[in-house]
Amino acid sequence: MDITVQEFKHCDMIAVKGRVDSATAPQLAQALESANDGGKYKLVVNMSELEYMSSAGFRALLAAQRNCKRYNRGEVVLASVPERIREALELAGFTELFKTFDDPLQAVGHF
Amino acid sequence: MKTVQFAAKFEYLDEIREFVGAIAREGGFSDKDVYNIQLATDEAASNIIEHAYEKISDGVLELSCGMRDDLMTIVLIDHGESFDPSEIPLPDLKADLSARKIGGLGIFLMRKLMDDVHYEVKPNNSNVLTMIKRKR
Repeated sequence: MDITVQEFKHCDMIAVKGRVDSATAPQLAQALESANDGGKYKLVVNMSELEYMSSAGFRALLAAQRNCKRYNRGEVVLASVPERIREALELAGFTELFKTFDDPLQAVGHF
Repeated sequence: MKTVQFAAKFEYLDEIREFVGAIAREGGFSDKDVYNIQLATDEAASNIIEHAYEKISDGVLELSCGMRDDLMTIVLIDHGESFDPSEIPLPDLKADLSARKIGGLGIFLMRKLMDDVHYEVKPNNSNVLTMIKRKR
């Protein structure tokens, strides 16, 4: 798994590449937490190059969403969610907790 | 059935998914089913590593997998702490963000993604989780 962070004027984009499982989810959680620690609560998670995500990744996203939405200071949105991952998120009832965008720049424009 | 033993560590999840994925692909499952079989097996193995072997550092996870007719069978055996999956409450998928719990999600996904999941505690201190997927 590989994470890159890109700063935009109104949000940060966190691009997650490769596979997120119980071994790698802590890195994703840490990237999301360090954005929050830096005062960034409006986050786009770009999944265009994500191949796989287990519930360990869902857990990291949920924790980040809770933290970002607190005091109405922001939110986590998902962009370019691959079909298989979207199906699993849907099964887990997570699609109701995150706005999703087909295109990462569309997601950036949301903020 | 092919059998492999893994040290019960998260770093082997990649290999665990590859192992079942290769057999599922060879068995003619669709890309979607292959992904879901890998996800269910990952969730099962992650639960064993995280919970059954929580207090044991050198645990071993035995994974067997094979096709028979249109059925793929995956068996995971561990010698750690036993648990009763029926006692794990199902996640409330309608709960709002603040009330949403993540525990039990792995088991929920396994049940949803596979056609049959059952768990058995054997007298010789082994826990046997069997999952079956039917090819459509």
